[in-house]
Amino acid sequence: MAKQLVALENVTYQYDDQTSPALKKISLEVFEGEWLAIVGHNGSGKSTLAKILNGLQFPQEGNVSVCGHSLSEETVWDIRKQIGMVFQNPDNQFVGTTVQDDVAFGLENAGVPQEAMKTRVKDALHKVKMDSFLDQEPHHLSGGQKQRVAIAGILALRPSIIILDEATSMLDPRGREEVIGTVKELKQQDRITVISITHDLEEAAKADRIIVMNQGQIHRQGSPEEIFQMDEELIGLGLDIPFPVKLGKMLRETGIPLTKQFLSEEELVAELWTSHYKI
Amino acid sequence: MMEKVLFGRYVPADSLLHRMDPRSKLIIIFLYVCIVFLANNPWTYLILAAYTILMAGLSKIAPRFLIAGLKPVLWLVLFTLLLHLFFTKGGEPVVQLGSFAIYEEGIRQGIFISLRFLLLIVVTSLLTLTTTPIEITDGLESLLGPLKKVNFPVHELALMMSISLRFIPTLMQETDKIMKAQMARGVEYTSGPIKDRLKAIVPLLIPLFISSFKRAEELAIAMEARGYRGGVGRTKYRQLNWTFADTGMILLLAAVTLLLIVFRG
Repeated sequence: MAKQLVALENVTYQYDDQTSPALKKISLEVFEGEWLAIVGHNGSGKSTLAKILNGLQFPQEGNVSVCGHSLSEETVWDIRKQIGMVFQNPDNQFVGTTVQDDVAFGLENAGVPQEAMKTRVKDALHKVKMDSFLDQEPHHLSGGQKQRVAIAGILALRPSIIILDEATSMLDPRGREEVIGTVKELKQQDRITVISITHDLEEAAKADRIIVMNQGQIHRQGSPEEIFQMDEELIGLGLDIPFPVKLGKMLRETGIPLTKQFLSEEELVAELWTSHYKI
Repeated sequence: MMEKVLFGRYVPADSLLHRMDPRSKLIIIFLYVCIVFLANNPWTYLILAAYTILMAGLSKIAPRFLIAGLKPVLWLVLFTLLLHLFFTKGGEPVVQLGSFAIYEEGIRQGIFISLRFLLLIVVTSLLTLTTTPIEITDGLESLLGPLKKVNFPVHELALMMSISLRFIPTLMQETDKIMKAQMARGVEYTSGPIKDRLKAIVPLLIPLFISSFKRAEELAIAMEARGYRGGVGRTKYRQLNWTFADTGMILLLAAVTLLLIVFRG
């Protein structure tokens, strides 16, 4: 069993101006090296969950522990060193005037000496393939590039967990692919744990495990295959089933036998063009 | 739209002035603004002009950029010149038309003051032409450093400046977008009576304000998530580099100052 990195126990959080809590007695665990997707429609509490993990908000009840630190006013800065967060709007998280200044921002905050910063900035940008853009200004970059710079800014701090809080929702399909591809590589090469908060089930399909949130509670959790079997239930929760899953279902309904459920287009295509030989 | 903005326009080149430490450039500008007032006769103005031309030469910046920078203030210079011509009395009258006269002193003062204006503008625009805004910010932060002892928020001020600089293009793009969106709904910005055009600015500014506040809030959260907690214990990625050339340039200005004191009447 992999090491447990994050544990939430009976976490409840309520915003001051709301009558019902955004999170109701949530308990969950995140393990080292996994990619966990937290899905749910708007207002299901998934973004609140992300903010609690990073200590941007403190729960009224329950316990949060990250990498052995129990969340409190004293440990919040240690926890933030372990968890990096990529937010939704690429522009509103770009602090520096150029790419390298922005990546260095987190390092400056951590008090890293200047000589060490230089190499860490370059290494981090190399990992997200943005090292040829050192002196580029943010308004000359695409959304996907800005998000990759944001990821580099987090990598430079060498965290164990990256949270993507709707990080691809404002990007075009190409930018989305760039960002997800980058995260996938990082997970494989650097064993970084990824928590992606999203309402895009295509993105969630790439995860190892999915947690479905509804009305501040965990509705269901399981592998992508298990989750997509919920089918109509997911639509009822305000989520959309990925295209290959939908197509697979319709093919089965018209009497074309498929060996299993397919989460990606490539797999489905491979199954279809080889299916004749298997019959 | 963005390209039209001249504010703080930096022209990249590889010159002595470009390579200088922003701190030494800021110190030189400050001193220069003071010593311009020492000049009061043709010789001292000649010295100042020679120094200014030398600096412009060292910057390797095409004169057309400097001239472009002078254009907006040319009217002010002309106005000052005329004001002195007509109202400064002293010396022999050069032109006499009834009760109206132009005096020798008027011509002298008019030329000197206009020249002073021009020299100041050339030197200050040399600063912005050869130094990136972020370098100026870093330089200011470092020069104002001692004020931290009296609890002056130097770091916060510098951070504010650099974030503003970073968001200028973003907000310009946004203004452009809102403007186009409003134009698509029939708002006219470029024709019609001035009163209507001014009124049309309101539906442009309000969405811009609202989104800026939203941006500010999101940026604050992102900064906090990245471990920002004020200037204490923070290191700096950009290092300033004071070299021999910087000391040399300050000494040169000191020499010019001495010359001015010797030759002034």
